[in-house]
Amino acid sequence: MKALVWHGKEDIRCDQVSDPEIEDPRDAIVKVTSCAICGSDLHLFHNFIPAMLPGDIMGHEMMGEVMEVGSAAKGKLKVGDRIVVPFTIICGECDQCKRGNFSVCERTNRKKELASKVFGHPTAGLFGYTHLTGGYPGGQAEYLRVPFADATHIKVPDSLKDEQVLFLGDIFPTGWQAAVQCDIEPTDTVAIWGCGPVGQMAIRSAVLLGAKQVVAIDCIPERLSMAEAGGAITINFEEESVVGRLNDLTSGKGPEKCIDAIGLEAHVTPTQPDTLLDRAKQMVMLESDRPHVLREMIYVCRTAGTISIPGVYGGLVDKFPMGLAMNKGLTFRMGQTHVNRWTDDLLRRIEEGQIDPSFVITHTVRLEDGPEMYKVFRDKQDSCVKVVLKP
Amino acid sequence: MIAFSRLSGIARSKGDPKVLRTGPSSLGGADRLARGLGWFSIGLGLTELLAPRLITRAVGLRGREGLVRAFGVRELGHGVLSLSVDKQAGLWSRVAGDVLDIVAVLPALSPANRKHGNAELALIMLLGVTVLDVLAAQGVSARHRRPPTGWRSYSDRSGFPQGAERARGAARRDFQTASDTQAPPAIAPGVA
Ligand SMILES: NC(=O)c1ccc[n+]([C@@H]2O[C@H](COP(=O)([O-])OP(=O)(O)OC[C@H]3O[C@@H](n4cnc5c(N)ncnc54)[C@H](O)[C@@H]3O)[C@@H](O)[C@H]2O)c1
Ligand SMILES: [Zn+2]
Ligand SMILES: [Zn+2]
Repeated sequence: MKALVWHGKEDIRCDQVSDPEIEDPRDAIVKVTSCAICGSDLHLFHNFIPAMLPGDIMGHEMMGEVMEVGSAAKGKLKVGDRIVVPFTIICGECDQCKRGNFSVCERTNRKKELASKVFGHPTAGLFGYTHLTGGYPGGQAEYLRVPFADATHIKVPDSLKDEQVLFLGDIFPTGWQAAVQCDIEPTDTVAIWGCGPVGQMAIRSAVLLGAKQVVAIDCIPERLSMAEAGGAITINFEEESVVGRLNDLTSGKGPEKCIDAIGLEAHVTPTQPDTLLDRAKQMVMLESDRPHVLREMIYVCRTAGTISIPGVYGGLVDKFPMGLAMNKGLTFRMGQTHVNRWTDDLLRRIEEGQIDPSFVITHTVRLEDGPEMYKVFRDKQDSCVKVVLKP
Repeated sequence: MIAFSRLSGIARSKGDPKVLRTGPSSLGGADRLARGLGWFSIGLGLTELLAPRLITRAVGLRGREGLVRAFGVRELGHGVLSLSVDKQAGLWSRVAGDVLDIVAVLPALSPANRKHGNAELALIMLLGVTVLDVLAAQGVSARHRRPPTGWRSYSDRSGFPQGAERARGAARRDFQTASDTQAPPAIAPGVA
């Protein structure tokens, strides 16, 4: 089959690879009908996430038709079912799964020893990501083996198009969880850094959850226009002071809730000198992540406010203003998304017409065009916000 | 990072699909040239840093070993930057470095220098490298540039089929916040 394969930094290729096969009775094989490129894939593209191997298949946002079902998954899935595959692989039975903390499932990471050494304790297996999370082949491919398939799936009705449900596997619940973690009150201002696909979903979620004001921050005009369409007040950080404007919008008190939808690769710009220092340190491996946005959020957040972090961090950050966070009494909530915790509810909202996540798609191409689209999405060329691939 | 992967001894699992035939890459010709020039900088930088006399002797600039070492450190900087994701900056820094190199060689062109023939050769090489660097820098810049104008407006993409106004607070009606995501209550019990 064809698949997008990681060969090293900025080197993704559309390769011919062998087909996946059922390895365990709980497995299923899915024929992928649609998959997408995520901001997290860019961190791998840039080789900022450790423990990738040349030859790893990319992709963790995918859906398709069930082709084959292992004997132990037969009660829950059958050939022909149409499913979205969540990016977090879950067993559904361990202590964390039972609490709905699916992204830290205790059983699905098959590289537990490595993960325990690095993280202290292993987190869930993830598709198309580092070997620290199991190194499972991803779904930017024609076929995908889904381990623990009896639990790791979201069934979707035929009445909805691929484009409407595909993002149930990652960015929609990710934006939703980011907003839910803020426990939004009708009097709250929610500030969201980053208007990429995750930021866009977080904006819509904060609006649905009834925030008084949603403020979105970025520097890319087309992304800001999309943020505004979703009901956000926008700040272009290259044109005005983020801290100044956020304080103006909140009578000088700062936003109650702040969401980081950017992660470890904040823009590097001379107008924010700390980003230059972070980039230099990152280049000589003195620091792995660029935490400019965390610093800004902690500084501007209202006292006793909440900081929600869906943006991915890979390792170590420097000059983290812990003193400010502690003295201001901030609450931090973060994590890879507990996808299946939210998807029944979100699928219903799509069916009822409350939201249609397909608004974010700007490019639909063949799988073969995937390598070039990694570049277009990364360089934000051609007004690209979200790429869907059709294997 | 790849070194980390090798050192930690991770390996792909047995059943995982294997690459049979490799296809076109996201790396373009300009990116590969940048990579080549980056490694060239690393090689040259190391030579300048560790064996400056090799260079001063060849072009007849004895006694300037300190300067050559400093240039070596600078060259390593160009290399690291050209091999990074920010390769445009790396290649333009190489162009700036070429100018400094040329200025440094000029005194050696004096007829009084016994090695001025070598120095002339070095100058010709430097000019050639400068042209290559400028072309490479222009190439990667063009490939990765985001045109400042001509972006599309997405102001018609609310994502709310029933309109943005009806969406405001629509999920409040039926969404139950679980205890593990609740914020501290606005007024502490017993205070109100
Ligand atoms: N927690 C999860 O489970 C989960 C799931 C999916 C994605 N993610 C992460 O979410 C993050 C965003 O993903 P995405 O797909 O939207 O990526 P993206 O790269 O398309 O978007 C990032 C946006 O941030 C903007 N930005 C950069 N620096 C900024 C700054 N200083 N201030 C304001 N804006 C800035 C960029 O211009 C860009 O529009 C990534 O880190 C990704 O890995 C996490
Ligand atoms: Zn993702
Ligand atoms: Zn589990």
